[in-house]
Order: sequence, then structure tokens, then C-alpha cells
Amino acid sequence: MSRQDTSDIVFRRILAVFPISILILVAGIFFQLVSSSQLSLHKFGIGFLFSRVWDPVAEQFGALPFIFGTCVTSLVALLLAVPIGVGAAIYLAEYAPPKVSKAISILVDLLAAIPSVIYGLWGIFVLVPCMRNNIQPFLGKYLGFLPFFQGPNYGVGFLAASIILAIIIVPFIISVSREVILAVPSVYKESAYALGTTRWEAIFDIVLSYGRVGILGAVILALGRAIGETMAVTMIIGNNVVISPSLFSPGYTLASVLANEFAEAATNMYLSALIEIGLVLFLVSIIVNILARVLIWSVTKGPGNVVK
Amino acid sequence: MSLKGSIKVKDLNFYYGDHQALKNVSMTVEPRQIVAMIGPSGCGKSTLIRVFNRMNDLITSSRVEGEVLVDGVNIYDKNTDVVSLRRKVGMVFQKSTPFPKSIYDNIAYGLRIVGIKDHRILDETVEKSLKRAALWDEVKDHLGKSAMSLSGGQQQRLCIARAIAVDPEIILMDEPCSALDPIATARIEELMGDLKDEYTIVIVTHNMQQAARVSDKTAFLMHGQIIEFTKTTDFFTKPSNKITEDYITGRFG
Repeated sequence: MSRQDTSDIVFRRILAVFPISILILVAGIFFQLVSSSQLSLHKFGIGFLFSRVWDPVAEQFGALPFIFGTCVTSLVALLLAVPIGVGAAIYLAEYAPPKVSKAISILVDLLAAIPSVIYGLWGIFVLVPCMRNNIQPFLGKYLGFLPFFQGPNYGVGFLAASIILAIIIVPFIISVSREVILAVPSVYKESAYALGTTRWEAIFDIVLSYGRVGILGAVILALGRAIGETMAVTMIIGNNVVISPSLFSPGYTLASVLANEFAEAATNMYLSALIEIGLVLFLVSIIVNILARVLIWSVTKGPGNVVK
Repeated sequence: MSLKGSIKVKDLNFYYGDHQALKNVSMTVEPRQIVAMIGPSGCGKSTLIRVFNRMNDLITSSRVEGEVLVDGVNIYDKNTDVVSLRRKVGMVFQKSTPFPKSIYDNIAYGLRIVGIKDHRILDETVEKSLKRAALWDEVKDHLGKSAMSLSGGQQQRLCIARAIAVDPEIILMDEPCSALDPIATARIEELMGDLKDEYTIVIVTHNMQQAARVSDKTAFLMHGQIIEFTKTTDFFTKPSNKITEDYITGRFG
């Protein structure tokens, strides 16, 4: 065997250690979560996922309100952030003068680097009072016939948390979507122009449909961040175990209950239940990512928007 | 003679920033002719055909002097509606550019954007355009399939069909065969001959044999200037300019 072959094999084996160690790490976290939540797993079984009761005194635990809170805040955040993020990305990639685009893009990347506790502080001192005094009364007045905008108005709650989440994830969506739009070869846009499209039609029909997989990827990245976001949400969601259709209601998420109650978990069962919450969060994140992969995969290989 | 489908260029100068890409270009393309443009890379031939449908507008630093008349109307006039100009002057690119839609939707797209929804009209136009582009027989049974699944040559004919569907007068082709194999190329060349009875075609090509085979007139550009523009038969047999002769005999370029 030549010297070259030997060094290649050694190098390949050394490199292989790195990805394998990541697999081991993920598996290790999973098993640790499972083993530390044995108490609660045995006592509540699958019912843990469907029980609405969270009563540390009586040692009755169920994750449903937190799953609900995580889903609601993440989805509302996406509803708010996707149009803004994609719209901003289109503007930066297609319309803004290059200098403006560059400057704003740098700012957007800076936004993504702000620690979420800062967003949480801003939420407490600015957003929550504004929600209480302006936004929620306004929504209650004009959209109060919908169940989402009814009930007492505290300022803190699902809606405030969703808005904070939206603000946190918008930079990700802008940043990735802008890259995706810029990566679409301009000859496709030109092909659309050559058929007599307006600029808007070329961007909306052609550029976005080329970039849709990438933009979907950006949205999923953002969703992952929203599901796991802890600090800012804990600070302004109100920390109340409840399942309510009203977005004004204070609530809880998987991540925020962990952060908020871990220090005060006095009994083994309480601790075990919180760790099971962690397990659920872990699994929800993985399921979202798998769904996302499947979605992206089906869009990539699908036949396009077939009408006929 | 009717001006419909004609292009007349008068003293055209074109700049990318400080760089002058076209110098004092004047030429006339008559309706229902195939005009080929040849010349070494960077000579300005692509820039010139992209002037005809104002595709260069997208390049922010570009600047135009002179007149370009399409159907006798100056397209660089302030009042020109670029969107309707481009419906009149279609374009096919070097790289085939099927949209990520079905075959049917690719062809129908140009009609849908102007608000045509009538399925009968759409069906008819799709069939007619695909037949005109000699693609119908190959795709008629799977119009719902993604256009991306076609072969390179089929994709390029799809792009031609898509250009035809909006009923242009002029079709610009920017090296339409440079990514295709000889058989697919031959089909496109044959197709150009068929399309000539209805459309004016301006083709940029690197392939001198192709220019000789398909075109009625040939323009030779170098350093942004038209060196020679004459009937293709004369161009390749008795070029009047020494540089042209050197180029077509392969002495440079």
C-alpha cells in the first residue's frame, strides 16, 4: 500500500469521527431525557400528552397546555413573520438600490444576533404596555366577535409572546429568503420579462416559484427557532397553565415552563415531569424538522403547479 | 413594404458604465428574415439583440444613445411601454428556461398574465404553439408533467413554443443551440426555417456553420462595431472586408 493510500484512509477515519460523535450526542441527550423522566413516564404514560392538569402540589402533571401554547405562539408568530420577512427579502433583493440593500441586510443580520433576553426586556417595558393600552383594546373593539380576541386584557399573553417571537424570527426569514431570491439565475426573470410580464409578475410567478423550496427552508428554520425560544417568551407570556382560544389570555409554552419552574421543582415527581416536558419539546422539534424535510422533498420532486 | 416585424437601428451607442459596448451601430432587419449575428466573445452581439427588447434596462449602469425602431417606432422613446414591446419581441436564451410549472402552464403563462382565462382559447393556443415548435407529438399525452422533466432540446423547443404563444412579431435567439447536441440543434434549425414565414428572427451564434445554414443575412461584429452586414451567401463566399475574411476562415476568434 502506498504512502498516499495510508494517509487517505487515516484522514477519512479521523473525519468520520466528527459526524458520528454528533449522532452519539443526539442519542445521548434522548436517552438521558428518557431515563430522567422515568418516574413521570411510568405514572402518567401516554396520558401525559393529553392531560390538561398541571398541579405540582397534588403531583398531577400533563403537558397539553404547554404543547398548545408552543403550537399557538409559533404558528401565530409565523403568520406574522412570513409575509413581512418574505416581503422585505423581495424588496432587498429586487427593488432596493444596492447600497441600501447592503446596509439593511447587515442590520438584519445584527438583529439576528441580539440575545433573546434583550427582546424579552423590551417586551416587558414596551410591548406589553402597548398591547394592554393600544393594540388589544383595538383588536377587541373591531375583531372582538372572533373568539381569538375576547377575554380580559392583561397585556401579557399568547399574542404578546407571538409578536415577540415574530420579531425574533423575522431576521432569519429575511436573511435566508434574500439569499434564495438572489440565487435564482436572472435569465429566468428575463424569460418572464420576454413574455411581457411586469416586474411584479416576474418576481411573484417565476422567481418565487423557483425559490419556494429555499424560502420554505427559511420558514422552517424560523419555526424551529420559535418552538425552542425560551427566555423572551417566558418573560412575557404570563406563565399561566391554561388552554384558551383567546390570544389575549396568559399562557405557557414547553420551553418557558421548563425555564420557569425547574429551580422550584422540589419533588422527584415534579422534576421528572419537567424533564418529560423537555423530552416532548425535543420530540416536537424533531417531528417538525422531519415534516419540513418531507415537505421540501415533495416540493422538490413534485411536478409543479399542474392545472390541467 | 409593411414595417410590421422590422427593426431599424440608427447610430446606436451603448454603454455599461464607462465601457462602450456598441459603437455607431446602424442596421436594418427586414420582416420575416433570419438575421444571424456572429463575432468573437465580448464583441457586443448579445448586447445588441438585448437592445431590441430593452432587456438591458435591467442593468442599472447601462445607457443608450441613438434610435432603435421596431415597426417604425422608436423603442427608446420616453413613452414606450416596455411590457408591450416585449410581447411583440420575444426572446429565447442560451440556457433553456422552463418555468417550474407543467408543460401546459408554461405555454399558457404568457396568456394568463394578460387575463385570458377561457380554457378553449388556452387549450387551442397551447396546442398550436407546441405544434408550431415541433414539440406537440412528443408531449401531447403528458401536458401536465413538469416542464423540468423534458430533455434539453425539448426544453428549448418549449421555450420557443412559449415565446410563440404570445403571438410576437420578432423572436430574438441568444445562442439557442450552444447547450444542445447536434441532433437537437438540427431540429431547432429546421424549426427556425419553418417559423420564418411568420416571424422575424434574430439569432446570435458562435457557430459560423449555423449562421451559414439558417440565416438570410449575417452581421459580423467586433469591438462593438458592425464590420460587415450583408446577405449570408455573399458573406461567407465573398466577404468584402479583410477582417471578416480572416474571422470566417478561422485565422482568429
